[in-house]
Amino acid sequence: MFHLILFLFFGAICVAGAVNLLVQSHPINSALSLIVVMGSLAAEYLLLGAEFLAAIQVIVYAGAIMVLFLITIMLLNAGKEERTKGSRVAILIGVPGVIIASVLVAWTLVGRTSTTHLVSIGALWGAPKDIARLLFHDFLLPFEVTSVLILIAIMGAVVLASRPEAIARPHRSRPVPQETCELVVTGKDR
Amino acid sequence: MVFVLLTAVAYSVWLERKVSAHIQNRWGPTRVGPFGLLQPLADGVKFIFKEDLTQPHVYKPLYIAAPIIAVVFAISSIAVIPFGNWVDIGPWGTYLQITDLNIGLLVVLGITSMGVYGVALAGWSSNSKYALLGGLRASAQMISYEVSLGLSLVGVLIVTGSLSLREIVEAQRHLHWNILFQPVAFFIYLISAYAETNRTPFDLPEAESELVAGYHTEYSAMKFAMFFMAEYANMVTVACLATLMFFGGWLGPVFGPQILQMVLPVIWFCLKVFFFMFLYVWVRWTLPRFRYDQLMAFGWKVLLPLAVANIVVTALVVAWRA
Repeated sequence: MFHLILFLFFGAICVAGAVNLLVQSHPINSALSLIVVMGSLAAEYLLLGAEFLAAIQVIVYAGAIMVLFLITIMLLNAGKEERTKGSRVAILIGVPGVIIASVLVAWTLVGRTSTTHLVSIGALWGAPKDIARLLFHDFLLPFEVTSVLILIAIMGAVVLASRPEAIARPHRSRPVPQETCELVVTGKDR
Repeated sequence: MVFVLLTAVAYSVWLERKVSAHIQNRWGPTRVGPFGLLQPLADGVKFIFKEDLTQPHVYKPLYIAAPIIAVVFAISSIAVIPFGNWVDIGPWGTYLQITDLNIGLLVVLGITSMGVYGVALAGWSSNSKYALLGGLRASAQMISYEVSLGLSLVGVLIVTGSLSLREIVEAQRHLHWNILFQPVAFFIYLISAYAETNRTPFDLPEAESELVAGYHTEYSAMKFAMFFMAEYANMVTVACLATLMFFGGWLGPVFGPQILQMVLPVIWFCLKVFFFMFLYVWVRWTLPRFRYDQLMAFGWKVLLPLAVANIVVTALVVAWRA
């Protein structure tokens, strides 16, 4: 019972954070509410018994990725977003789409009569040893392929981020711009 | 427990002032109480009663939240740190630890990784150049050194085969301290821990000579003191972790009557942690500060490859012996 109350509590925080993420007009506030979502998700994992997953969720998402988000927002010094009245596409297709999707999800959940496929609170096995066996024994090939994929993505990001001239001629000193030369000359003349 | 930690934090400030004074051939605090021992108390009272200035240009919600975030995450990580063995108190018995999780180490790492937000948000919400620069430096530095900090501990985990802090300590019985098997990991851990807690020689986020005071430039009174508390509480946590992971935690010679047998492990633990706190102060007043590009290059090009190499070698040795 106590677990159920906690579960509902963190679920409510999670949804509130997600809504706040969309409503807030300042990017920093949105990023912070995303952190709240991540944190409450970690609490939900913890309640389900997946301790390792919860810790990884906090370390990787809340502790590392969101910090990079935050630094980027701070560096760009992004201001408040401008409010628009919303696009017609969103109203015509988006809103009915969301309603249909949520009805489908609700119908599947309610229509399920047997409880054999549901996970009860605290019943999930998520010990580090079990996860390690799954990752490095049962699903070794997908794991390794994913790591190669991430490596390729990193290399792609490095190539895209660095300027093409810097790759072509790394040791060439920067030429003095034409305008500065002229300014110097005129300065001497006077 | 929180009270003990906060007292430890206050007295580590006293320790820092006293040791630094003696290194520089001064006396340090002497006026309040014997050897200046009541100085932290006086400081605390002064911080509480000082005027709390809030600059008009700050972004208020985050400006107020930032020191709270910093302190909460710094203090809560102590919950999973075991500081002694099993004790019997009358009919009851307990482990000297608040909670024993089987992923205790990951919890500590997770909580310390969240501590970055306090610093980063303080820098940003102050809305001034020095604070922003300090906050950005701090968060960049903490992220980069957290990687090698985490990887340096993986070697220990491979040797002991558990994530529970209690089991890691128990695996080091009979002087099989991990420092003997993992010396490289220990030094990587020590260096990245100094960077992680923003201490000299890695105290660029608050480098007085270029950034005034870094991320807490705009803070005063108790809010400023909260950043100070967070920094020292982080130091205590990191020192505890070093003791648990590499120096056998509370293990040490135990003898005498039963009451002494219960107290001695706690004393060994405290002595080891005290040694690391002293080392912090010692290093601070001995070494000069890094340059920023040196700091980043050292973290990514030296410490990280070294930590990865350490993991590979350890794994190979363990696999070969198994």
